[in-house]
Amino acid sequence: MSEAVEVKTLIIDDREVSGRRGQTILEVARENDIHIPTLCHLDGLSEVGACRLCLVEIKGNSKLLPACIATISEGMEVSTHTERLQKHRRTILELLFAERNHICSVCVANGNCELQALGQSQGLTHVRLPYRNPDLHVDASHERFTVDHNRCILCTRCVRVCAEIEGAHVWDVMGRGINSLVITDLNDPWGDSSCTRCGKCVQVCPTGALFDKSKVGAEHPKHPDFLPYLNMMREAQ
Amino acid sequence: MSQTITIDPVTRLEGHGKITIQLDAQGNVADAHFHVTQVRGFEKFSEGRPFYEMPSLMARICGICPVSHLVASAKACEAIMSVRIPHTAAQLRRMLNLAQMVQSHALSFFHLSSPDLLLGLDSDPANRHIFGVVAARPELGRAGIALRRFGQHIIELLGNKRIHPGWVVPGGVTEPLSPANRDEILAMIPEAYTNIKLAIEWYRKVADSFKPEIEVFANFPSLFMGLINEDESIEFTDGALRLIDAQGNILEDGITANRFTEAIGEAVEPYSYTKFAYYKPLGYPAGSYRVGPLARLNIARSMGTPLADVELAAFKQLAPGPVQGSFHYHHARLVDMLYGIEKIEQILTDPLILDKHVRATAGVNRLEGAGQAEAPRGTLMHNYKVDENGLITWANLVIATGQNNNAMNRGVLQAAQHYIKDGKFTEGILNRVEAVVRTFDPCLSCSTHAFGQMPLALSLLSAEGQLLDHVTR
Repeated sequence: MSEAVEVKTLIIDDREVSGRRGQTILEVARENDIHIPTLCHLDGLSEVGACRLCLVEIKGNSKLLPACIATISEGMEVSTHTERLQKHRRTILELLFAERNHICSVCVANGNCELQALGQSQGLTHVRLPYRNPDLHVDASHERFTVDHNRCILCTRCVRVCAEIEGAHVWDVMGRGINSLVITDLNDPWGDSSCTRCGKCVQVCPTGALFDKSKVGAEHPKHPDFLPYLNMMREAQ
Repeated sequence: MSQTITIDPVTRLEGHGKITIQLDAQGNVADAHFHVTQVRGFEKFSEGRPFYEMPSLMARICGICPVSHLVASAKACEAIMSVRIPHTAAQLRRMLNLAQMVQSHALSFFHLSSPDLLLGLDSDPANRHIFGVVAARPELGRAGIALRRFGQHIIELLGNKRIHPGWVVPGGVTEPLSPANRDEILAMIPEAYTNIKLAIEWYRKVADSFKPEIEVFANFPSLFMGLINEDESIEFTDGALRLIDAQGNILEDGITANRFTEAIGEAVEPYSYTKFAYYKPLGYPAGSYRVGPLARLNIARSMGTPLADVELAAFKQLAPGPVQGSFHYHHARLVDMLYGIEKIEQILTDPLILDKHVRATAGVNRLEGAGQAEAPRGTLMHNYKVDENGLITWANLVIATGQNNNAMNRGVLQAAQHYIKDGKFTEGILNRVEAVVRTFDPCLSCSTHAFGQMPLALSLLSAEGQLLDHVTR
């Protein structure tokens, strides 16, 4: 086959759609106005498939696949909003809310939080799991920004934006499983780290985990939409 | 054979409390206590949080008076930042605090206490609530509901939210006042005057019929404390504290927030989760004092607004020195509300009230800060210590209800001793004991609670646990 015919046709939610080879299910779905919820995904950053909120069902495949990573193939039949998927998504959100201390009413991101918005859009009415209430610290050593691990969902957007866009790779993840924490440098205080003070990590953080010290109360909208433009301009150069 | 009467929970209060009355072998009252039965823990779980988060965190203590906590907390944070907030921000906060005072007093006077005042302390408890008031005197019920709405709506217009507005922040407020919102508040003021005047006139007529209650409702000499301005007029948001004795002599003056703990200590008693504040030089319990509307009017030389000054003069006629009867808290509350409405109107005519500069910024410049304000029910003080990054290492709050705690306990004992003889009591008598606490308008859990929804079961037990009498509501 030549390059010109590398178009795949598939079915998403009973609609016939098409995409280019190598495109993810998420990309094709969004091009066709089919909404799949995401959390760790952010336009302009690499994919990690960490949050699993974008899981979809593929006919003939017993596994659920993350739409942000799974690429399309010819004749694929994808379902994005089955009852089973909705149940899993709500459970994932419940696990996220139960894992750390998410107190929306006093959070700086209240009203501007992607986790909160997903809870609402996915019909999360309560958390059935016992809250872990971990005793996590707040690092306010940076002159301009604060990290509150109580609100971190380990999406690693901060790690990726710092490494891939800023090129500093100050952020990374320490520990394993439930004990994982995002850290700056080798777990140094943020204020003592090699941080370039660009603030990109704060803007891409989906919750109130990373925030600007000058923003208090529920007045902290984030603006991650600069990323695709930044990438586009760099590619143009 | 001693007996114990328990009133649990006490109704038409903000929060959960209970009263126990111990009878001696002759059936007379040996002792009585007012217990606050919840623990909240805000002082402890705020440790480790960034200081600039404290106003919104502390506001959650209360659904009735969150603004007082917002203001006191923000002022404590500003002491840590060492900033002076812009004039307009100070005026806007003053207006917000007054609006809250008006709505909270309306709740206390009309929703919680007017059933006793209008329908009678011995009236059928099934109808002794705000709906009973509305049925008996619709215009009075409407006035109360409208005054509460007046205060709440101003809070919403200023802070975008009726309860827990995030608008007050360390350094000032987040948004200036818009001309449209200023005009909307001004348009509400005439109706508020009509309603408060109706309430004052009505109260003046009924107050005399409560002379027996006035005599025994926490009526004893005590110290009083409250905020005043330099010209000795009443103040809710800034100013400094004055403490007077039972004769009206000034014991302490110009107590700023950073000096609060020099003058005031806190004691604990095993029967209550609320602390007991006292004036340190006199020790505990001799140094116990009262705060709130009664204390404010006893301390202030003037209200600083014309209509409220007339009412203050009338109030001062109740006694040659400080007014000691806690029943007069109701009266003082109405004067407070009239002042609040007048002062809000005055603030709105400030030529700088629409100024856009409403916030100062700074980092951590001191490791400790304190802030004080008048909550509707009395003086409120927040005191924080932080590390060099601004994370809270220690917090202490001295709330109005704690400062009135000893007086409420003494008042409950005084009323119980007066009314309960030979082990006999009626529902109306127990309602009087509860009504003593209601005069103080305590905020027990500092959160909103429905009135009249909680069942009240009262049992009179013998020392052996035998049920002698039982009353349910």
